[in-house]
Amino acid sequence: MDKIQLGEFIKSIDQNLEIKEGKQYTEVTLPPSKMYSLAKQLKEREEAQFDYLFCLTGVDYGQDMGVVYHLRSTIYDHVVVLKTRTSDREHPQLDSVADIWETANFHEREVFDLLGIKFANHPDLRRLFLDNSWGFPLRKDYVDDINIVTK
Amino acid sequence: MEEKVKNITTDEQQEYVINMGPQHPSTHGVLRLVVSLKGEIVISVQPHIGYIHRGIEKMCESITYPQIIHLTDRMDYLSAHINNEAVCLNVEKALEVDIPDRVKVIRTIMSELTRIQSHQLWWASFGMDLGGLTCFFYGLRDREKILDIFEETCGGRMLISYNCPGGVMYDIHPNFQKRVKDFIKYFRKILPEYDQLLSGNVIFHERSKGIGKLTLEDAISYGITGPSGRASGFSCDVRKHEPYSAYDRINFKEILHTGGDTYYRYIARIDEMWESMNIIEQLIDNIPEGPYAVKMKPVIKLPEGEYYQRVETARGELGVYIISDGNKNPYRIKFRSPNFVNLSVLNHISKGFKIADLVAIGGSLDLVIPDIDR
Amino acid sequence: MPFDIYDFTSFTEWIDKSLHNTMSPFWTTITEMLIIGVLILLFYALVGLFLVYAERKVCAFMQNRLGPNRVGPFGIFQTIADLFKLLFKELIPIKNADGFLFNLAPFIVIIASFMAIAAIPFAKGLHAIDLNIGVLYVIAVSAMGVIGVLLAGWSSNNKYSLIGAMRSGAQIVSYELSVGLSIITIVILAGSMQLSEIVEAQRLGWFIFRGHIPAFIAFIIFLISSTAETNRGPFDLAEAESELTAGYHVEYSGIKFAFFFLAEYINMFIVASIAATVFLGGWMPFHVGHWDGFNHVMDFIPPFVWYIGKTAFVIFLMMWFKWTFPRLRIDQLLTLEWKYLLPINLVNVLIMAFLVLMGWHF
Repeated sequence: MDKIQLGEFIKSIDQNLEIKEGKQYTEVTLPPSKMYSLAKQLKEREEAQFDYLFCLTGVDYGQDMGVVYHLRSTIYDHVVVLKTRTSDREHPQLDSVADIWETANFHEREVFDLLGIKFANHPDLRRLFLDNSWGFPLRKDYVDDINIVTK
Repeated sequence: MEEKVKNITTDEQQEYVINMGPQHPSTHGVLRLVVSLKGEIVISVQPHIGYIHRGIEKMCESITYPQIIHLTDRMDYLSAHINNEAVCLNVEKALEVDIPDRVKVIRTIMSELTRIQSHQLWWASFGMDLGGLTCFFYGLRDREKILDIFEETCGGRMLISYNCPGGVMYDIHPNFQKRVKDFIKYFRKILPEYDQLLSGNVIFHERSKGIGKLTLEDAISYGITGPSGRASGFSCDVRKHEPYSAYDRINFKEILHTGGDTYYRYIARIDEMWESMNIIEQLIDNIPEGPYAVKMKPVIKLPEGEYYQRVETARGELGVYIISDGNKNPYRIKFRSPNFVNLSVLNHISKGFKIADLVAIGGSLDLVIPDIDR
Repeated sequence: MPFDIYDFTSFTEWIDKSLHNTMSPFWTTITEMLIIGVLILLFYALVGLFLVYAERKVCAFMQNRLGPNRVGPFGIFQTIADLFKLLFKELIPIKNADGFLFNLAPFIVIIASFMAIAAIPFAKGLHAIDLNIGVLYVIAVSAMGVIGVLLAGWSSNNKYSLIGAMRSGAQIVSYELSVGLSIITIVILAGSMQLSEIVEAQRLGWFIFRGHIPAFIAFIIFLISSTAETNRGPFDLAEAESELTAGYHVEYSGIKFAFFFLAEYINMFIVASIAATVFLGGWMPFHVGHWDGFNHVMDFIPPFVWYIGKTAFVIFLMMWFKWTFPRLRIDQLLTLEWKYLLPINLVNVLIMAFLVLMGWHF
């Protein structure tokens, strides 16, 4: 499907999603509660079959924190980008997609490690690179007088 | 934070836990594998990483785009040139700059040379892991020839930082074409020797056939790209699907096998070396004339937005995702590294095999640890 | 016989007589034992030194590099330098290790190989013991080495060394069968287990040629099994550097490590000399049937030189395939022995017995 058909297809799943044509790919912004069901639909529906999650990025937007998923279909070769964000900076919580795409297992652990976003239903959510005494370095308000040199 | 930790290693049955610690001859870098065994059979492999985590993504948020290139060298240091190329292509795409043909051809030739030298080092260490220590010397002896070519043109052997946004840093050395052609002629005679030494050996076949089988569905679900994924039949070569630089004007095959075990991952890389030589031969004689770089502004600022670029490194698909807010530093840059993803499948495919097989499987996945940790 | 000019029996008898004339029989025996002990120790040390250097040079040339070439002309003093280094290293005591067994293990390995050297004929009349069950003695005594390996692995209190020792123990015990059976094949041809008799019986031609097909098969099987016996070559899983970081002797340092290291090379020398003695004729020059003129010419080369040459050839073969092949996994190793080598060996013994019965050997 090309970009226009993709947009219509996603609209047909759920009317209220915000769909934008980015410079490269179709971007869909949605609240965290709808994330998991849309992801499952995108993987399983015949016309979509997004079976390859090729990038899972955690982003700190300043006020909110969120995750960006890049999905590709190996059969139809179309790409869609899903974005969610949550404004709860104390205990951010999102749904895990590790049972849909296995690669999300390690990526979500990395996001948890560096940003502190917890994923519900993740099989094994532990910190990946750092140990438990570190904060969350990739956050914009992370302060570390010893290790970070600010000009 | 601790509630969800399913501590597989200590409870349940009588499992014998072995630590292939951060310093180990066959993990090729600082990777710690906690292996639980039952006798000699592997039950689970838990990788512990982070020993070489340098916070590259956080560092990049405070430096400019040309400075990021020098950091990308140090991620997967065996595909240093290709990593640089990823960031440069992303920046050039965002700024919508037209790159001259000469630059594209030079970048492609250097990428393919990088790919060959990376596979040579892989072959050397894979043979050494399996016990054929002579492979180490033969592989590295031939790799020196490529490193000499790099040194003459770029000044560096392994971490070359030759690309910059807009082109390459200096023009190629006048000897470059001749030396590359001599190398191709030499290496075409040597690669069958590699086959005689390792690929055709019965002991090697016993150690690698049927070991660590990765099915196609698992390869796609785990996102395994590169020769490891293509050996399972996953057609994921970025050079074919989204051609960049000069890949759209040459003829080459995408190496696909369906075996999915260690032996086919090995064969996929050997075949890739042959294909890379074909690609270089098509380009080396007709390097177009022209400028070797485009003049860019002294301070590079990307327009606001998000940009994604994929390239094919020697180990798989490297993705560079830049979120820019209009400043000279990226707001967020994410490197989707192939080794990070390839490591996650190690537990799944080693279940049920023996320790000696774990070494063979790890070697065939070709992991470079700094790329995992970034 | 022309090569009796090289016969050592007269020399040794002369020493014996002069000792008897000067001391009582009791002291004569003690003196002789001392002389033999010192000589064998010296021989042990020299051979070990030389073999380590040879291995490094052979390995280097196969890997397209030079090997040791700085310490002394062509690097011949390299091993001595390494020995000094090992002597000066700190002996790190392990806290929870079984102290007595930990210290005993290297000595057992050395003693086992020491005892085996005593029975090998270096030239006519030049061997320490000449038992009439020589072959059986050598095999039995070199099997004692496995006790040392198992003790080393167990008493180090280390998971890695335990795995290495277990693997090694299983390997050595399995491959002894093949070693024994392949030698039995030749014993059938020779008609005696006494080593000097076996060498004498090759006067008309080496057994590997006289016994043609079964002897050749037995030689190949012997080479493979003895490489596995000594934990060398493609069968060095017990000390696989790239997997278990030196296996059963990982906790040893300094002189004790030097013992294990040396014992491995001496073991290689011993199995090579057994192969040379039993299959290739020991100190017997290359004779062809009843071609007396040719045999006469061959006899002028001293038997000792023949013996060293043959042993060196077999050692070179063993080094050659260590540096070429990758390593076998433990279950593949044991499969090779129990499912392939042992049946072939048994059939081979039958064929050889049939051959000798029918007189179809040369």
